Amino acid sequence: MKTIIKYVLFDLLKNKTIIVYALILAAITISVSGMGDNASKGLLSLLNITLLFVPIISILFSTIYFFNSVEFTELLLAQPIRRKTMLLAEYAGIAVALSIAYLAGVGIPVCILYYTAATLTLLVSGLFLTLIFSALALLIFVLFKDKTKGIGAAIITALFFTLLFDGLLLSFIYSFSDYPVDKPLLGLISLNPVDLARVLVLLQLDVAVMMGYSGALFKKFMGSATGSIYTVICMLCWTVIPLIIAARVFKKKDI
Amino acid sequence: MIEITQLTKTFRKFKALDNISLHFERGQTISLLGPNGSGKTTLIKSILGLVIPGKGTIKINGAAIKDQWDYRSQIGYMPQIGRYPENMTIGQVIKMLKEIRKDCKRYDEELIEGFDIPAVQHKTMRSLSGGTRQKVSACLAFLFSPEIFILDEPTAGLDPVASELLKDKIIKERANGKLILITSHVLSDLDDITSHIVYLQEGKLLLYKTVEELKKVTGQEKLNKIIAAIMQKNHPKEYLHHENNY
Repeated sequence: MKTIIKYVLFDLLKNKTIIVYALILAAITISVSGMGDNASKGLLSLLNITLLFVPIISILFSTIYFFNSVEFTELLLAQPIRRKTMLLAEYAGIAVALSIAYLAGVGIPVCILYYTAATLTLLVSGLFLTLIFSALALLIFVLFKDKTKGIGAAIITALFFTLLFDGLLLSFIYSFSDYPVDKPLLGLISLNPVDLARVLVLLQLDVAVMMGYSGALFKKFMGSATGSIYTVICMLCWTVIPLIIAARVFKKKDI
Repeated sequence: MIEITQLTKTFRKFKALDNISLHFERGQTISLLGPNGSGKTTLIKSILGLVIPGKGTIKINGAAIKDQWDYRSQIGYMPQIGRYPENMTIGQVIKMLKEIRKDCKRYDEELIEGFDIPAVQHKTMRSLSGGTRQKVSACLAFLFSPEIFILDEPTAGLDPVASELLKDKIIKERANGKLILITSHVLSDLDDITSHIVYLQEGKLLLYKTVEELKKVTGQEKLNKIIAAIMQKNHPKEYLHHENNY
């Protein structure tokens, strides 16, 4: 397993897309932080950028990479290796590579510029988003046989969680506005990793109310500590559950 | 060595393999022949555990391979299309496979030297031509001196020199008592190396005989003539036409 992770990393760290991704993140981070002197505002902008970019890049890049390495996967599976080991090693390699890119692009500049507890939660939520969306990419890879369909599914998944979900949430709130929907809403938010990542950071900042309904709710119903623990647990589930399903499906897949 | 009983594989409605039973032994070189889509690759992949058959069993050295993985240490596989991680060098790919196969201590590097791989080992996989990639695949299949070789279109894309070298290697390994399974559309390449012919059509086993037997029955010497003669006898004309195209 370690061997495969190591060589996938070797390959990916030389990959141009990964390098460009890290550079773009770094450029954005530095330019955003140069615009205002308020650390909290800068972090908010970075949060929005993370929430927008990380999911879509992670899921798209991982899906394409998995589909492109089908033949190599086949060759490795002809070696005495368990399917599960092979699949999870490939996932680990790609997740680590994307995480390194994120840390290099956002983590290093942000830690140099303004280092607070909130900065750390921003990095944690960015990393979680990377792990979650590459796990979803893995799930897409095992569910679809065709590369084009797989990439389509990846784009739809990313758009669903970054854009569509909030719209649905709003229409839900609107249509049930006569009822106490606050608590069911908390449950619904757990269904979207992007919202979870947002909440995790917002709980550390004092601007929760400014960032829409979900942030305010979390702040109100749970204190910062319980809220943070709850979101972290939810995000862990979002990482692990797709991986478990993917490994199960892959066991029976024809390659 | 390999025992296949009533193997059936269906993809949705399409029957890729239909009730195939075969028995292969050491020291045989088996050519899997048949038109495109006749189930050759599916058969190979079933033996490798890449395709999971619907019905039937495959046994290697007496043990069923279902849900097993360590039996693959006895198999060297050369895929039809060799695609490797783009930014890895040839040297890295070979090293990676060696690290994965820690169980194997003695390497058979005859092909690596024969193809002069060390001279190009710093090149990235992206920059290689199809033929060179094919050479790398061949080297990897032979590297761990397995008991069974499964070669899917091994000579496609290789230059004549490399192709001859690979054929000599196959003959040598067979003399060592290894079992070799080959699919190829280039029948002339199989002439000197084959001992048995398996002919598949639409997932069904049409024939499994030794080359000697077939030579006697048909009175032909060359493999493409033999196949043509058989197809002519048993089947409508279009099959004959089909085979002669290769």
